Amino acid sequence: MSVRAANTDEGTVDEAGAARFAELLANEQRVEPTDWMPEGYRKTLIRQISQHAHSEIIGMQPEGNWITRAPSLKRKAILMAKVQDEAGHGLYLYSAAQTLGIDRETMFDQLITGAAKYSSIFNYPTPTWADMGSIGWLVDGAAICNQVPLCRASYGPYGRAMVRICKEESFHQRQGFEILLHLMRGTEAQRAMAQESVNRWYAPALMMFGPPDDDSPNSRQSMAWNIKRFSNDDLRQRFVDMLVPQAEILGVTLPDPHIKWNEERGHFDFGDLDWTEFHEVLAGNGPANTIRVARRREAHEDGAWVREAARAYADARAAEAGASQKIAS
Amino acid sequence: MRSSRGLSHVHAGSLHAPDETMAVRNARDLYTRRAEGVSIWVVPASAITASDPDARGAFFESPQGKEYRHATYYTESDAVPHL
Repeated sequence: MSVRAANTDEGTVDEAGAARFAELLANEQRVEPTDWMPEGYRKTLIRQISQHAHSEIIGMQPEGNWITRAPSLKRKAILMAKVQDEAGHGLYLYSAAQTLGIDRETMFDQLITGAAKYSSIFNYPTPTWADMGSIGWLVDGAAICNQVPLCRASYGPYGRAMVRICKEESFHQRQGFEILLHLMRGTEAQRAMAQESVNRWYAPALMMFGPPDDDSPNSRQSMAWNIKRFSNDDLRQRFVDMLVPQAEILGVTLPDPHIKWNEERGHFDFGDLDWTEFHEVLAGNGPANTIRVARRREAHEDGAWVREAARAYADARAAEAGASQKIAS
Repeated sequence: MRSSRGLSHVHAGSLHAPDETMAVRNARDLYTRRAEGVSIWVVPASAITASDPDARGAFFESPQGKEYRHATYYTESDAVPHL
């Protein structure tokens, strides 16, 4: 498949291609795999889409962890459906990244050797059942805030993958909210469990939008390329504005004493986040970085014989078909 | 993917598989988790012949300037009912 047919080698300038690329962006149109694109645009997208795919795949672990221990058959089935969705989202995104010229094996390798990054939120552990609620409500909620504008990302295959993902993601947030709601309607111990979990997830969820705008060097270029539509701080503000009334309905307290309605701005004010922690987790020093990557590597390596067997079977069948065709002719 | 009887198949997405049988099963798992389909076709990417995106100007030139192929071209009958 020559998806890169229309692209020139790195270093050479295709003026007609560059003009067309600029025109597509200016007219809010999609860039497709066969269009000329700057190498920086391609690299940024490969990095962003593959990191996003890795996040979905690694994101299966904190919840997969709870499938056998979920408190009812219904909850187990729901959790399983959600983890299956995450596997699916990872695969849509790997396909989108492949249209940019990177192959899937390379991306898998980057993930299991620790060369690729994924959302640092998945490096936090999930010690209680309430964490399944917090992940759905806060983590998936933040993800949706981030992802809805990505449906309009200028790169066609990415935007289309995001449309499918966003459609499926909305159940994730609602089911998480419902887990917390049920706990908050329960015993004192259950309410305490829900609150304790929200206390742990609130700040990391807010950090999912990335560093503050004045400390986000790549944001401006991504916005100029119509990949990113809103700044990190704008999205974070939008998220907090949605969370505050939802927390009230739940009856949980958001662990930030600075949350206060600001009439003038028309938004909720909130306190500063601990970015040292964010950078530490991102650098691989989070509570669960090692175990997440190790488990992914284990799963990939343990599955090698399945991939080999499937390929051997496919080859044998192809050979058989080839032989019988020869006899027929 | 055919979403229901009476509709045509529409492209749903890409996937990897070692052979056709696995491709159909993977497609079911990947693209019909919410009953999106009643029929799936899979085609190896290598079997697709596509028009050249660089030559689209010349290749799709024929309909250019042939607005008379659309009903909306014929405006003098605008006021005539059932036409």
